[in-house]
Amino acid sequence: MAGNPFPLDKAGLLTAYRKMRTIREFEERLHVDFGRGDIPGFVHLYAGEEAAGVGIISHLGDGDRVASTHRGHGHCIAKGVNVVEMMKEIYGKKDGACHGKGGSMHIADLDKGMLGANGILGAGAPLACGAALAAKFRKKGEVAISFVGDGASNQGTFLESLNLAAVWNLPAIFVVENNGYAESTSRDYGVAVDSYVDRAAGFGLPGVTVDGTDFFAVYEAAGEIIRRAREGGGPSLLECKMVRFHGHFEGDAQTYRGTGEIDDIRANKDCLKKFSAAVTGAGVIKADELKAIDHEVLGLIEGAVKEAKAAPLPTVADLTTDVYVRY
Amino acid sequence: MARKISMKQAINEALDQEMARDPSVIVMGEDIVGGAGGDGERDAWGGVLGVTKGLYAKHGDRLMDTPLSESAYIGAAIGAAACGMRPVAELMFIDFMGVCFDQIYNQAAKFRYMFGGKAQTPVVIRTMVGAGFRAAAQHSQMLTPLFTHIPGLKVVCPSTPYDTKGLLIQSIRDNDPVIFCEHKNLYGIEGEVPEASYTIPFGEANVVREGKGCSIVTYGLMVHRSLDAAAALAKEGVECEVIDLRTLSPLDIDTVLESVTKTGRLVCVDEASPRCSIAADVSAQVAQQAFGALKGPIEMVTPPHVPVPFSPPLEDAYIPSAAQIAAAVKRTFAGGKH
Repeated sequence: MAGNPFPLDKAGLLTAYRKMRTIREFEERLHVDFGRGDIPGFVHLYAGEEAAGVGIISHLGDGDRVASTHRGHGHCIAKGVNVVEMMKEIYGKKDGACHGKGGSMHIADLDKGMLGANGILGAGAPLACGAALAAKFRKKGEVAISFVGDGASNQGTFLESLNLAAVWNLPAIFVVENNGYAESTSRDYGVAVDSYVDRAAGFGLPGVTVDGTDFFAVYEAAGEIIRRAREGGGPSLLECKMVRFHGHFEGDAQTYRGTGEIDDIRANKDCLKKFSAAVTGAGVIKADELKAIDHEVLGLIEGAVKEAKAAPLPTVADLTTDVYVRY
Repeated sequence: MARKISMKQAINEALDQEMARDPSVIVMGEDIVGGAGGDGERDAWGGVLGVTKGLYAKHGDRLMDTPLSESAYIGAAIGAAACGMRPVAELMFIDFMGVCFDQIYNQAAKFRYMFGGKAQTPVVIRTMVGAGFRAAAQHSQMLTPLFTHIPGLKVVCPSTPYDTKGLLIQSIRDNDPVIFCEHKNLYGIEGEVPEASYTIPFGEANVVREGKGCSIVTYGLMVHRSLDAAAALAKEGVECEVIDLRTLSPLDIDTVLESVTKTGRLVCVDEASPRCSIAADVSAQVAQQAFGALKGPIEMVTPPHVPVPFSPPLEDAYIPSAAQIAAAVKRTFAGGKH
């Protein structure tokens, strides 16, 4: 067998694959179940973007914080939030991750360092600055990651946070998940500069752009800037150029897409296919080993859906609890 | 007998004592130290009106000057609170809240509920409120009702140095987000304040003058105007009970109801704009819960529904006066049952 050319050992590669596959199955299953009318509310799917979330979050521990976006399921799974509790939350169940009070857009688990998906675009960036500030006071080398899409990268909160993080030299990393669309509007229409590296430079931050469909490119770039932040080297920006398999939200007819666009990205820019090809091609992992994970993940998601559907709903008594710690 | 200090000194002392007691307390805001990065004096300002002056010498880098960037640093204070710190962020004027309101009402206020009770956000946002400073429409508002409206926030607005110290310490130790409103025209008033640390619980109104004729319910600077009105009315034989709400969320409606049950009359005095105000809220709750006790119509004394004007005669006319409050008390007698 050839040597391992990758930055992770075999166990690490299998873990990363399992995370990405879990996100994919979770999201594709939600797509089907939402279409059937099983799920209330708004759902925004991360399918196609897995390499970015997992490539970055693989470097983090529970003490490192993540401020996510409206498209947050992938970040939550990567950060270790319980998949069954997440599914229950999305179904609005009492023992969901947030007792059914948050739903898809507000899944959080502070014990896991997940500061929450967020329904307000760009709102996570200042919160990540705060998490990074708290880390700086704790002096344990922890970091905070703020995810935004290319759309929310135009929000004042995001731009102000770049400046604040630079001024305070915070251990914060700002990840732009550039999937090419702000809802239905092309990135090229809504962002006046071509490169987020230029935008970062305007705020005094180093920036890197990577192919966000290439797990290894993301993993290596993230590893470098996270290490720098842990060592007191300050904030950075990481742009991941990636693709969104589904619409902005479920139910989006996506008529703004070009002809054949979705077929093309599914065939040629699928981060899971690229990962599988790389690790099997190098002879580090056998196709059967990946298939075994696929099978296992399918069972996990099937079980999560079954449990979520069977789980009890909150009662009216739950309506007025947990507004305050004490009132 | 405790010594007398100003409200401004009471705030400074509360921050100082809490920073000394608890290393997780940090203080941030625009120019709260002053002179950052310059060649001149550090601690040049201690806040735009000098409230935090001197704390830097004692607590160093736990006081952080921020860029002029309210969304970022108020959000950072909230994020740090969710990650184990107890930040006290100063937002110079409540009028600037619009710039960072999302972080307060969509983030801080909702974390606990939205995350199923698994988060707590012990952040305090100190901010100046109120008119009378010739500071015009964007530096003079009393926006307390905006924050009182939001579930998940607590709103405090003290009227004396004693209450200020005790309520600010309580705010810092409290595990929910608190909007701490400081009336800029009360910074200079002096009162007795113990040197030792103490807290005043939220949701406990203070009966600052007892009387059987009419209840006047108010907070902040208007407590003083109401006391002036009550003193004038006493000379005419009308004894008013003046209630200082102190905290607007939670609201001590029980003390108000008890008083109205005794007096049968209610005047609500509020420096906020009249619509959907604290005065309107208290009036509605009393009408709903103590209608049978009322001997006359409920009166409200508020500014007119206009922005705060600049020109001194206009601003003086804008702010509710003791004479207007006294006239309102008399109307509760004129229009009511005897």
